[in-house]
Amino acid sequence: MYLNSITIDPDRIARLADIAGSSLQPLLKGAIFYTIPLAMITFACGLILAVITALARLSAKKIWRMAARFYVSAIRGTPLLVQLFILFYGLPTIGVVIDPWPSAIIGFSLNIGAYGSEIIRAAILSIPKGQWEAGYSIGLTYRQALVRIVLPQAARVSLPPLSNTFISLVKDTSLASLILVTEMFRKAQEIATTNYEFLLLYSEAALIYWVICFFLSILQSRLENRLDQYVSR
Amino acid sequence: MLIFIQRLKKSFGDNKVLKGIDLEIEKGQVVVLIGPSGSGKTTFLRCLNVLEVPDEGKIAIGGQTMDFSKKVHPKAIAEFRRLTGMVFQGYNLFPHMTSLGNVMEGPVTVKKESREEAAAKAEYFLAKVGLGDKLEAYPFQLSGGQQQRVGIARALAMEPNVMLFDEPTSALDPELVGDVLKVMKDLAEEGMTMIVVTHEMRFAREVADKVIFMDGGVIVESGAPDKLFTKPEKERTKQFLSMIQ
Ligand SMILES: Nc1ncnc2c1ncn2[C@@H]1O[C@H](COP(=O)(O)OP(=O)(O)OP(=O)(O)O)[C@@H](O)[C@H]1O
Ligand SMILES: [Mg+2]
Repeated sequence: MYLNSITIDPDRIARLADIAGSSLQPLLKGAIFYTIPLAMITFACGLILAVITALARLSAKKIWRMAARFYVSAIRGTPLLVQLFILFYGLPTIGVVIDPWPSAIIGFSLNIGAYGSEIIRAAILSIPKGQWEAGYSIGLTYRQALVRIVLPQAARVSLPPLSNTFISLVKDTSLASLILVTEMFRKAQEIATTNYEFLLLYSEAALIYWVICFFLSILQSRLENRLDQYVSR
Repeated sequence: MLIFIQRLKKSFGDNKVLKGIDLEIEKGQVVVLIGPSGSGKTTFLRCLNVLEVPDEGKIAIGGQTMDFSKKVHPKAIAEFRRLTGMVFQGYNLFPHMTSLGNVMEGPVTVKKESREEAAAKAEYFLAKVGLGDKLEAYPFQLSGGQQQRVGIARALAMEPNVMLFDEPTSALDPELVGDVLKVMKDLAEEGMTMIVVTHEMRFAREVADKVIFMDGGVIVESGAPDKLFTKPEKERTKQFLSMIQ
Protein backbone atom coordinates (compact mmCIF):
# COMPACT_ATOMS: atom_id res chain seq x y z
CA MET A 1 0.00 0.00 0.00
CA TYR A 2 1.26 3.38 -0.89
CA LEU A 3 -1.35 5.47 0.82
CA ASN A 4 1.41 7.21 2.75
CA SER A 5 2.46 8.96 -0.41
CA ILE A 6 -0.58 11.24 -0.07
CA THR A 7 0.94 14.23 1.63
CA ILE A 8 -0.07 17.82 1.66
CA ASP A 9 3.04 19.24 0.18
CA PRO A 10 2.62 22.91 -0.83
CA ASP A 11 5.12 22.49 -3.68
CA ARG A 12 3.15 19.57 -5.08
CA ILE A 13 -0.09 21.53 -4.94
CA ALA A 14 1.48 24.42 -6.77
CA ARG A 15 2.81 22.02 -9.42
CA LEU A 16 -0.63 20.40 -9.82
CA ALA A 17 -2.31 23.76 -10.17
CA ASP A 18 0.26 24.73 -12.75
CA ILE A 19 -0.24 21.55 -14.81
CA ALA A 20 -4.03 21.83 -14.52
CA GLY A 21 -3.84 25.35 -15.85
CA SER A 22 -1.45 24.70 -18.68
CA SER A 23 -3.19 21.48 -19.81
CA LEU A 24 -6.63 23.07 -19.90
CA GLN A 25 -6.03 24.75 -23.24
CA PRO A 26 -4.87 21.65 -25.15
CA LEU A 27 -7.67 19.60 -23.62
CA LEU A 28 -10.30 22.16 -24.57
CA LYS A 29 -8.79 22.32 -28.04
CA GLY A 30 -9.13 18.54 -28.27
CA ALA A 31 -12.75 18.84 -27.20
CA ILE A 32 -13.63 21.69 -29.51
CA PHE A 33 -11.74 20.60 -32.62
CA TYR A 34 -12.03 16.84 -32.31
CA THR A 35 -14.46 15.43 -29.73
CA ILE A 36 -17.43 17.67 -30.47
CA PRO A 37 -17.09 17.74 -34.30
CA LEU A 38 -16.55 13.97 -34.33
CA ALA A 39 -19.72 13.48 -32.30
CA MET A 40 -21.73 15.91 -34.44
CA ILE A 41 -20.58 14.62 -37.81
CA THR A 42 -21.09 10.98 -36.89
CA PHE A 43 -24.45 11.69 -35.33
CA ALA A 44 -25.65 13.43 -38.50
CA CYS A 45 -24.40 10.60 -40.75
CA GLY A 46 -25.67 8.02 -38.27
CA LEU A 47 -29.14 9.54 -38.16
CA ILE A 48 -29.49 9.42 -41.94
CA LEU A 49 -28.39 5.79 -41.83
CA ALA A 50 -30.81 5.17 -38.94
CA VAL A 51 -33.81 6.55 -40.81
CA ILE A 52 -32.96 4.53 -43.92
CA THR A 53 -32.48 1.40 -41.83
CA ALA A 54 -35.74 1.96 -39.92
CA LEU A 55 -37.63 2.36 -43.21
CA ALA A 56 -35.96 -0.75 -44.60
CA ARG A 57 -37.07 -2.68 -41.53
CA LEU A 58 -40.64 -1.46 -42.07
CA SER A 59 -40.50 -2.15 -45.81
CA ALA A 60 -42.90 -4.50 -47.51
CA LYS A 61 -39.96 -6.12 -49.31
CA LYS A 62 -38.46 -9.00 -47.39
CA ILE A 63 -34.97 -8.48 -48.76
CA TRP A 64 -34.83 -4.96 -47.30
CA ARG A 65 -36.08 -6.13 -43.94
CA MET A 66 -33.53 -8.95 -43.86
CA ALA A 67 -30.63 -6.67 -44.83
CA ALA A 68 -31.57 -4.14 -42.16
CA ARG A 69 -31.94 -6.82 -39.49
CA PHE A 70 -28.56 -8.27 -40.38
CA TYR A 71 -26.86 -4.90 -40.14
CA VAL A 72 -28.47 -3.99 -36.82
CA SER A 73 -27.75 -7.42 -35.37
CA ALA A 74 -24.09 -7.33 -36.43
CA ILE A 75 -23.46 -3.88 -35.00
CA ARG A 76 -25.35 -4.41 -31.77
CA GLY A 77 -23.85 -7.82 -31.26
CA THR A 78 -20.20 -6.73 -31.39
CA PRO A 79 -18.25 -4.29 -29.20
CA LEU A 80 -17.71 -0.81 -30.59
CA LEU A 81 -14.01 -1.00 -29.78
CA VAL A 82 -13.64 -4.22 -31.75
CA GLN A 83 -15.42 -2.62 -34.73
CA LEU A 84 -13.05 0.33 -34.62
CA PHE A 85 -10.04 -2.01 -34.45
CA ILE A 86 -11.31 -4.01 -37.43
CA LEU A 87 -11.69 -0.81 -39.45
CA PHE A 88 -8.36 0.72 -38.51
CA TYR A 89 -5.99 -2.15 -37.72
CA GLY A 90 -7.77 -5.02 -39.45
CA LEU A 91 -8.62 -3.75 -42.92
CA PRO A 92 -5.02 -2.66 -43.80
CA THR A 93 -4.02 -6.34 -43.75
CA ILE A 94 -6.17 -6.80 -46.85
CA GLY A 95 -4.92 -3.59 -48.37
CA VAL A 96 -7.69 -1.26 -47.27
CA VAL A 97 -6.04 1.57 -45.39
CA ILE A 98 -8.30 4.20 -43.83
CA ASP A 99 -6.97 7.15 -41.88
CA PRO A 100 -7.82 7.51 -38.18
CA TRP A 101 -10.35 10.31 -38.62
CA PRO A 102 -12.45 8.66 -41.40
CA SER A 103 -12.18 5.31 -39.60
CA ALA A 104 -13.68 6.89 -36.51
CA ILE A 105 -16.45 8.57 -38.51
CA ILE A 106 -17.35 5.34 -40.29
CA GLY A 107 -17.24 3.27 -37.11
CA PHE A 108 -19.32 5.59 -34.98
CA SER A 109 -21.82 6.34 -37.78
CA LEU A 110 -22.45 2.65 -38.31
CA ASN A 111 -23.12 2.37 -34.62
CA ILE A 112 -25.52 5.29 -34.39
CA GLY A 113 -27.22 4.01 -37.53
CA ALA A 114 -27.95 0.66 -35.90
CA TYR A 115 -29.01 1.86 -32.45
CA GLY A 116 -30.85 4.88 -33.85
CA SER A 117 -32.81 2.77 -36.32
CA GLU A 118 -34.41 0.82 -33.48
CA ILE A 119 -35.45 4.07 -31.81
CA ILE A 120 -36.85 5.54 -35.02
CA ARG A 121 -38.60 2.33 -35.99
CA ALA A 122 -40.35 2.21 -32.61
CA ALA A 123 -41.28 5.89 -32.92
CA ILE A 124 -42.77 5.41 -36.40
CA LEU A 125 -44.76 2.42 -35.17
CA SER A 126 -46.07 4.46 -32.24
CA ILE A 127 -47.84 6.89 -34.57
CA PRO A 128 -51.50 5.80 -34.88
CA LYS A 129 -52.54 4.16 -38.13
CA GLY A 130 -55.24 6.81 -38.47
CA GLN A 131 -52.55 9.40 -39.16
CA TRP A 132 -51.33 7.50 -42.22
CA GLU A 133 -54.91 6.99 -43.36
CA ALA A 134 -55.84 10.64 -42.92
CA GLY A 135 -52.80 11.44 -45.05
CA TYR A 136 -53.75 8.92 -47.71
CA SER A 137 -57.35 10.12 -47.69
CA ILE A 138 -56.28 13.60 -48.83
CA GLY A 139 -54.25 12.01 -51.59
CA LEU A 140 -50.76 11.81 -50.10
CA THR A 141 -48.51 9.03 -51.35
CA TYR A 142 -46.64 6.76 -48.93
CA ARG A 143 -43.56 8.95 -49.17
CA GLN A 144 -45.49 12.18 -48.68
CA ALA A 145 -47.42 10.79 -45.71
CA LEU A 146 -44.15 9.61 -44.22
CA VAL A 147 -42.32 12.91 -44.63
CA ARG A 148 -45.16 15.32 -43.93
CA ILE A 149 -47.25 13.50 -41.34
CA VAL A 150 -45.49 10.59 -39.67
CA LEU A 151 -41.81 11.53 -39.37
CA PRO A 152 -42.45 14.94 -37.74
CA GLN A 153 -44.51 13.23 -35.06
CA ALA A 154 -42.04 10.36 -34.76
CA ALA A 155 -39.24 12.91 -34.31
CA ARG A 156 -40.89 14.21 -31.18
CA VAL A 157 -41.33 10.70 -29.82
CA SER A 158 -37.74 9.72 -30.54
CA LEU A 159 -36.12 12.92 -29.28
CA PRO A 160 -35.47 11.77 -25.68
CA PRO A 161 -33.94 8.40 -26.60
CA LEU A 162 -31.96 9.95 -29.46
CA SER A 163 -30.62 12.61 -27.11
CA ASN A 164 -29.42 9.86 -24.81
CA THR A 165 -27.75 8.21 -27.77
CA PHE A 166 -26.00 11.45 -28.65
CA ILE A 167 -24.77 11.97 -25.10
CA SER A 168 -23.42 8.41 -25.06
CA LEU A 169 -21.74 9.09 -28.38
CA VAL A 170 -19.94 12.15 -27.03
CA LYS A 171 -18.43 9.96 -24.31
CA ASP A 172 -17.77 7.03 -26.65
CA THR A 173 -15.64 9.23 -28.91
CA SER A 174 -12.92 8.75 -26.28
CA LEU A 175 -12.51 5.27 -27.81
CA ALA A 176 -11.20 6.98 -30.94
CA SER A 177 -8.03 7.68 -28.95
CA LEU A 178 -7.22 3.99 -29.44
CA ILE A 179 -7.19 4.37 -33.21
CA LEU A 180 -4.94 7.41 -32.95
CA VAL A 181 -7.49 10.21 -33.32
CA THR A 182 -6.08 13.04 -31.23
CA GLU A 183 -9.36 13.88 -29.54
CA MET A 184 -9.53 15.19 -26.02
CA PHE A 185 -8.84 11.98 -24.14
CA ARG A 186 -5.79 11.20 -26.26
CA LYS A 187 -4.49 14.68 -25.53
CA ALA A 188 -4.93 13.97 -21.82
CA GLN A 189 -2.99 10.72 -22.21
CA GLU A 190 -0.22 12.42 -24.12
CA ILE A 191 0.20 15.16 -21.51
CA ALA A 192 0.02 12.67 -18.64
CA THR A 193 2.84 10.57 -20.06
CA THR A 194 5.11 13.61 -19.88
CA ASN A 195 4.43 14.52 -16.24
CA TYR A 196 2.92 11.33 -14.74
CA GLU A 197 -0.05 13.22 -13.23
CA PHE A 198 -2.54 10.67 -14.50
CA LEU A 199 -5.18 11.27 -11.85
CA LEU A 200 -5.17 15.00 -12.48
CA LEU A 201 -5.34 14.83 -16.26
CA TYR A 202 -7.89 12.06 -16.52
CA SER A 203 -10.07 13.83 -13.96
CA GLU A 204 -9.75 17.04 -15.90
CA ALA A 205 -10.84 15.25 -19.08
CA ALA A 206 -13.73 13.64 -17.21
CA LEU A 207 -14.84 17.03 -15.97
CA ILE A 208 -14.87 18.45 -19.49
CA TYR A 209 -16.97 15.51 -20.76
CA TRP A 210 -19.34 16.12 -17.89
CA VAL A 211 -19.68 19.83 -18.65
CA ILE A 212 -20.38 19.08 -22.35
CA CYS A 213 -23.02 16.49 -21.47
CA PHE A 214 -24.55 18.82 -18.91
CA PHE A 215 -25.09 21.47 -21.58
CA LEU A 216 -26.40 18.86 -23.98
CA SER A 217 -29.08 17.79 -21.53
CA ILE A 218 -30.15 21.41 -21.09
CA LEU A 219 -30.35 21.70 -24.87
CA GLN A 220 -32.40 18.52 -24.95
CA SER A 221 -35.08 19.83 -22.59
CA ARG A 222 -35.25 23.12 -24.48
CA LEU A 223 -35.79 21.24 -27.72
CA GLU A 224 -38.40 19.00 -26.14
CA ASN A 225 -40.31 22.02 -24.91
CA ARG A 226 -40.18 23.59 -28.34
CA LEU A 227 -41.54 20.50 -30.03
CA ASP A 228 -44.20 20.24 -27.35
CA GLN A 229 -46.02 23.30 -28.58
CA TYR A 230 -48.66 21.21 -30.30
CA VAL A 231 -49.17 18.70 -27.52
CA SER A 232 -51.49 19.51 -24.67
CA ARG A 233 -50.02 19.11 -21.21
CA MET B 1 -75.03 8.80 -62.59
CA LEU B 2 -72.13 10.04 -60.45
CA ILE B 3 -71.30 6.87 -58.56
CA PHE B 4 -71.70 3.35 -59.79
CA ILE B 5 -70.73 0.43 -57.57
CA GLN B 6 -70.91 -3.12 -58.84
CA ARG B 7 -70.50 -6.44 -56.97
CA LEU B 8 -68.10 -4.95 -54.46
CA LYS B 9 -66.57 -7.64 -52.25
CA LYS B 10 -64.11 -7.53 -49.38
CA SER B 11 -62.95 -10.19 -46.92
CA PHE B 12 -60.54 -10.10 -44.02
CA GLY B 13 -59.15 -13.63 -44.00
CA ASP B 14 -62.16 -15.93 -43.71
CA ASN B 15 -64.41 -13.10 -42.61
CA LYS B 16 -66.51 -12.08 -45.62
CA VAL B 17 -67.35 -8.52 -44.69
CA LEU B 18 -68.79 -7.17 -47.96
CA LYS B 19 -70.56 -9.84 -49.96
CA GLY B 20 -71.33 -8.00 -53.17
CA ILE B 21 -72.59 -4.45 -52.88
CA ASP B 22 -74.38 -2.86 -55.85
CA LEU B 23 -75.26 0.79 -55.59
CA GLU B 24 -75.89 3.81 -57.78
CA ILE B 25 -75.84 7.37 -56.55
CA GLU B 26 -76.85 10.50 -58.45
CA LYS B 27 -74.93 13.73 -58.28
CA GLY B 28 -76.05 15.80 -55.30
CA GLN B 29 -77.69 12.91 -53.50
CA VAL B 30 -77.27 12.38 -49.78
CA VAL B 31 -77.21 8.71 -48.89
CA VAL B 32 -77.39 7.63 -45.26
CA LEU B 33 -76.07 4.21 -44.41
CA ILE B 34 -77.42 2.45 -41.34
CA GLY B 35 -76.98 -1.03 -39.96
CA PRO B 36 -75.90 -3.01 -36.90
CA SER B 37 -72.36 -3.03 -35.59
CA GLY B 38 -70.08 -5.20 -37.70
CA SER B 39 -72.35 -5.10 -40.73
CA GLY B 40 -69.55 -3.59 -42.85
CA LYS B 41 -70.51 0.10 -43.04
CA THR B 42 -67.04 1.38 -42.22
CA THR B 43 -65.43 -1.18 -44.50
CA PHE B 44 -67.70 -0.07 -47.32
CA LEU B 45 -66.74 3.61 -46.95
CA ARG B 46 -63.07 2.67 -46.65
CA CYS B 47 -63.36 0.69 -49.88
CA LEU B 48 -64.78 3.74 -51.66
CA ASN B 49 -61.79 5.76 -50.40
CA VAL B 50 -59.58 2.75 -51.20
CA LEU B 51 -58.11 2.72 -47.71
CA GLU B 52 -59.10 -0.92 -48.03
CA VAL B 53 -58.55 -2.43 -51.45
CA PRO B 54 -61.67 -4.42 -52.39
CA ASP B 55 -61.14 -8.03 -53.48
CA GLU B 56 -63.57 -7.84 -56.35
CA GLY B 57 -65.96 -5.49 -58.06
CA LYS B 58 -65.98 -2.13 -59.74
CA ILE B 59 -66.31 1.42 -58.52
CA ALA B 60 -66.92 4.25 -60.94
CA ILE B 61 -66.96 7.83 -59.76
CA GLY B 62 -67.54 10.69 -62.18
CA GLY B 63 -66.34 8.73 -65.18
CA GLN B 64 -63.25 7.20 -63.58
CA THR B 65 -63.50 3.48 -63.06
CA MET B 66 -61.52 1.14 -60.82
CA ASP B 67 -61.84 -2.55 -61.52
CA PHE B 68 -60.60 -4.42 -58.47
CA SER B 69 -60.79 -7.82 -60.14
CA LYS B 70 -57.52 -6.81 -61.75
CA LYS B 71 -54.38 -5.73 -59.96
CA VAL B 72 -54.46 -2.02 -59.20
CA HIS B 73 -51.43 0.23 -59.17
CA PRO B 74 -50.73 2.34 -56.03
CA LYS B 75 -50.50 5.46 -58.22
CA ALA B 76 -53.94 4.77 -59.65
CA ILE B 77 -55.28 4.32 -56.13
CA ALA B 78 -53.84 7.66 -54.99
CA GLU B 79 -55.41 9.32 -58.05
CA PHE B 80 -58.78 7.67 -57.51
CA ARG B 81 -58.75 8.54 -53.82
CA ARG B 82 -58.87 12.23 -54.67
CA LEU B 83 -62.41 11.78 -55.97
CA THR B 84 -63.64 11.09 -52.45
CA GLY B 85 -63.17 13.06 -49.25
CA MET B 86 -63.14 11.09 -46.01
CA VAL B 87 -64.28 12.29 -42.61
CA PHE B 88 -63.24 9.95 -39.81
CA GLN B 89 -65.05 9.03 -36.64
CA GLY B 90 -61.98 9.95 -34.58
CA TYR B 91 -61.17 13.12 -36.62
CA ASN B 92 -57.56 12.02 -37.26
CA LEU B 93 -56.33 15.58 -37.53
CA PHE B 94 -52.58 16.08 -37.85
CA PRO B 95 -51.63 17.14 -34.31
CA HIS B 96 -48.47 18.96 -35.36
CA MET B 97 -50.28 21.32 -37.69
CA THR B 98 -52.70 24.19 -37.04
CA SER B 99 -56.23 24.14 -38.46
CA LEU B 100 -54.91 26.07 -41.43
CA GLY B 101 -51.99 23.64 -41.82
CA ASN B 102 -54.30 20.65 -41.71
CA VAL B 103 -56.56 22.04 -44.41
CA MET B 104 -53.69 23.31 -46.60
CA GLU B 105 -51.76 20.05 -46.54
CA GLY B 106 -53.61 18.35 -49.39
CA PRO B 107 -53.73 21.36 -51.74
CA VAL B 108 -50.03 22.16 -51.18
CA THR B 109 -48.51 18.69 -51.15
CA VAL B 110 -50.83 16.85 -53.51
CA LYS B 111 -52.19 19.53 -55.82
CA LYS B 112 -48.95 21.57 -55.71
CA GLU B 113 -50.83 24.81 -55.15
CA SER B 114 -48.85 27.79 -53.93
CA ARG B 115 -48.97 28.39 -50.18
CA GLU B 116 -50.83 31.71 -50.61
CA GLU B 117 -53.43 30.17 -52.85
CA ALA B 118 -53.88 27.18 -50.55
CA ALA B 119 -54.04 29.36 -47.43
CA ALA B 120 -56.74 31.51 -48.97
CA LYS B 121 -58.70 28.42 -49.89
CA ALA B 122 -58.18 26.88 -46.44
CA GLU B 123 -59.42 30.08 -44.80
CA TYR B 124 -62.50 29.96 -46.99
CA PHE B 125 -63.31 26.36 -46.04
CA LEU B 126 -62.58 26.92 -42.35
CA ALA B 127 -64.89 29.94 -42.37
CA LYS B 128 -67.49 27.78 -44.06
CA VAL B 129 -67.43 25.26 -41.21
CA GLY B 130 -67.62 28.11 -38.69
CA LEU B 131 -63.97 28.16 -37.64
CA GLY B 132 -62.82 31.39 -39.26
CA ASP B 133 -61.46 32.44 -35.85
CA LYS B 134 -59.49 29.24 -35.19
CA LEU B 135 -57.06 29.29 -38.10
CA GLU B 136 -53.94 29.18 -35.96
CA ALA B 137 -55.24 26.77 -33.32
CA TYR B 138 -53.66 23.35 -32.93
CA PRO B 139 -56.00 20.36 -32.66
CA PHE B 140 -55.40 20.00 -28.91
CA GLN B 141 -56.74 23.52 -28.45
CA LEU B 142 -60.05 22.65 -30.12
CA SER B 143 -63.15 20.86 -28.86
CA GLY B 144 -64.13 17.58 -30.47
CA GLY B 145 -66.82 19.30 -32.51
CA GLN B 146 -64.36 21.91 -33.74
CA GLN B 147 -61.80 19.23 -34.58
CA GLN B 148 -64.37 17.33 -36.59
CA ARG B 149 -65.25 20.48 -38.50
CA VAL B 150 -61.58 21.00 -39.32
CA GLY B 151 -61.66 17.40 -40.54
CA ILE B 152 -64.55 18.27 -42.84
CA ALA B 153 -62.77 21.39 -44.13
CA ARG B 154 -59.62 19.33 -44.75
CA ALA B 155 -61.57 16.88 -46.91
CA LEU B 156 -63.45 19.69 -48.71
CA ALA B 157 -60.22 21.48 -49.59
CA MET B 158 -59.36 18.67 -52.00
CA GLU B 159 -62.61 19.44 -53.82
CA PRO B 160 -63.79 15.84 -54.00
CA ASN B 161 -66.78 14.65 -56.01
CA VAL B 162 -68.19 12.82 -53.01
CA MET B 163 -67.86 13.29 -49.27
CA LEU B 164 -67.78 10.18 -47.09
CA PHE B 165 -68.64 10.49 -43.40
CA ASP B 166 -68.08 7.59 -41.00
CA GLU B 167 -70.10 8.26 -37.84
CA PRO B 168 -68.78 11.83 -37.75
CA THR B 169 -70.60 12.71 -34.53
CA SER B 170 -70.48 9.50 -32.53
CA ALA B 171 -67.32 10.45 -30.63
CA LEU B 172 -68.75 13.84 -29.66
CA ASP B 173 -70.41 15.11 -26.51
CA PRO B 174 -74.15 15.52 -27.23
CA GLU B 175 -74.04 19.32 -27.07
CA LEU B 176 -71.39 19.44 -29.81
CA VAL B 177 -73.21 17.17 -32.27
CA GLY B 178 -75.50 19.91 -33.55
CA ASP B 179 -72.70 22.11 -34.90
CA VAL B 180 -71.27 19.30 -36.98
CA LEU B 181 -74.65 18.17 -38.30
CA LYS B 182 -75.44 21.77 -39.23
CA VAL B 183 -72.27 21.95 -41.35
CA MET B 184 -73.21 18.68 -43.05
CA LYS B 185 -76.73 19.88 -43.68
CA ASP B 186 -75.43 23.08 -45.28
CA LEU B 187 -73.15 21.03 -47.49
CA ALA B 188 -76.06 18.87 -48.56
CA GLU B 189 -78.12 21.94 -49.41
CA GLU B 190 -75.29 23.28 -51.54
CA GLY B 191 -75.55 20.12 -53.60
CA MET B 192 -72.61 18.10 -52.30
CA THR B 193 -72.91 14.38 -52.93
CA MET B 194 -72.53 12.60 -49.61
CA ILE B 195 -72.51 9.13 -48.13
CA VAL B 196 -73.03 9.24 -44.39
CA VAL B 197 -72.86 6.45 -41.84
CA THR B 198 -74.70 7.72 -38.79
CA HIS B 199 -77.03 6.86 -35.94
CA GLU B 200 -78.58 10.33 -36.09
CA MET B 201 -82.02 9.36 -37.34
CA ARG B 202 -83.30 12.92 -37.36
CA PHE B 203 -80.51 13.92 -39.67
CA ALA B 204 -81.34 10.95 -41.90
CA ARG B 205 -85.00 11.90 -42.04
CA GLU B 206 -84.37 15.58 -42.73
CA VAL B 207 -81.40 15.45 -45.07
CA ALA B 208 -81.15 12.06 -46.75
CA ASP B 209 -82.47 11.42 -50.21
CA LYS B 210 -81.97 7.74 -49.70
CA VAL B 211 -81.44 5.52 -46.69
CA ILE B 212 -79.66 2.21 -47.02
CA PHE B 213 -79.96 -0.54 -44.46
CA MET B 214 -76.97 -2.85 -44.48
CA ASP B 215 -76.63 -6.11 -42.60
CA GLY B 216 -74.21 -9.01 -42.86
CA GLY B 217 -72.27 -7.44 -45.72
CA VAL B 218 -75.22 -6.90 -48.05
CA ILE B 219 -77.70 -4.11 -48.71
CA VAL B 220 -80.91 -5.46 -47.21
CA GLU B 221 -83.18 -2.61 -48.19
CA SER B 222 -82.99 0.95 -49.39
CA GLY B 223 -85.40 3.76 -50.12
CA ALA B 224 -86.52 7.28 -49.33
CA PRO B 225 -86.29 8.01 -45.59
CA ASP B 226 -90.05 8.31 -44.89
CA LYS B 227 -90.70 5.07 -46.67
CA LEU B 228 -87.86 3.11 -45.11
CA PHE B 229 -88.42 4.42 -41.60
CA THR B 230 -92.23 4.11 -41.58
CA LYS B 231 -92.96 1.20 -43.90
CA PRO B 232 -89.92 -1.04 -44.11
CA GLU B 233 -90.51 -4.13 -46.21
CA LYS B 234 -87.98 -6.55 -44.81
CA GLU B 235 -88.33 -8.17 -41.40
CA ARG B 236 -84.65 -7.56 -40.62
CA THR B 237 -85.06 -3.82 -41.24
CA LYS B 238 -88.09 -3.66 -38.95
CA GLN B 239 -86.17 -5.40 -36.17
CA PHE B 240 -83.23 -3.05 -36.49
CA LEU B 241 -85.38 0.08 -36.59
CA SER B 242 -87.38 -0.98 -33.53
CA MET B 243 -84.08 -1.53 -31.72
CA ILE B 244 -82.69 1.93 -32.35
CA GLN B 245 -85.84 4.01 -32.02
N1 LIG C 1 -58.70 -4.21 -40.79
C1 LIG C 1 -59.48 -5.24 -40.47
N2 LIG C 1 -58.95 -6.46 -40.29
C2 LIG C 1 -59.73 -7.51 -39.97
N3 LIG C 1 -61.06 -7.45 -39.81
C3 LIG C 1 -61.64 -6.25 -39.96
C4 LIG C 1 -60.90 -5.09 -40.29
N4 LIG C 1 -61.74 -4.05 -40.38
C5 LIG C 1 -62.96 -4.53 -40.11
N5 LIG C 1 -62.91 -5.85 -39.86
C6 LIG C 1 -64.07 -6.71 -39.59
O1 LIG C 1 -65.04 -6.45 -40.55
C7 LIG C 1 -66.34 -6.50 -40.00
C8 LIG C 1 -67.10 -5.25 -40.34
O2 LIG C 1 -66.48 -4.16 -39.70
P1 LIG C 1 -66.93 -2.66 -39.95
O3 LIG C 1 -66.03 -1.82 -39.13
O4 LIG C 1 -66.98 -2.39 -41.39
O5 LIG C 1 -68.39 -2.63 -39.34
P2 LIG C 1 -69.33 -1.40 -39.07
O6 LIG C 1 -70.61 -1.69 -39.75
O7 LIG C 1 -68.66 -0.14 -39.40
O8 LIG C 1 -69.55 -1.51 -37.49
P3 LIG C 1 -69.72 -0.34 -36.40
O9 LIG C 1 -71.15 0.10 -36.45
O10 LIG C 1 -69.43 -1.05 -35.11
O11 LIG C 1 -68.74 0.72 -36.72
C9 LIG C 1 -66.17 -6.76 -38.51
O12 LIG C 1 -66.39 -8.13 -38.28
C10 LIG C 1 -64.74 -6.39 -38.26
O13 LIG C 1 -64.22 -7.18 -37.23
MG1 LIG D 1 -67.97 1.54 -38.30
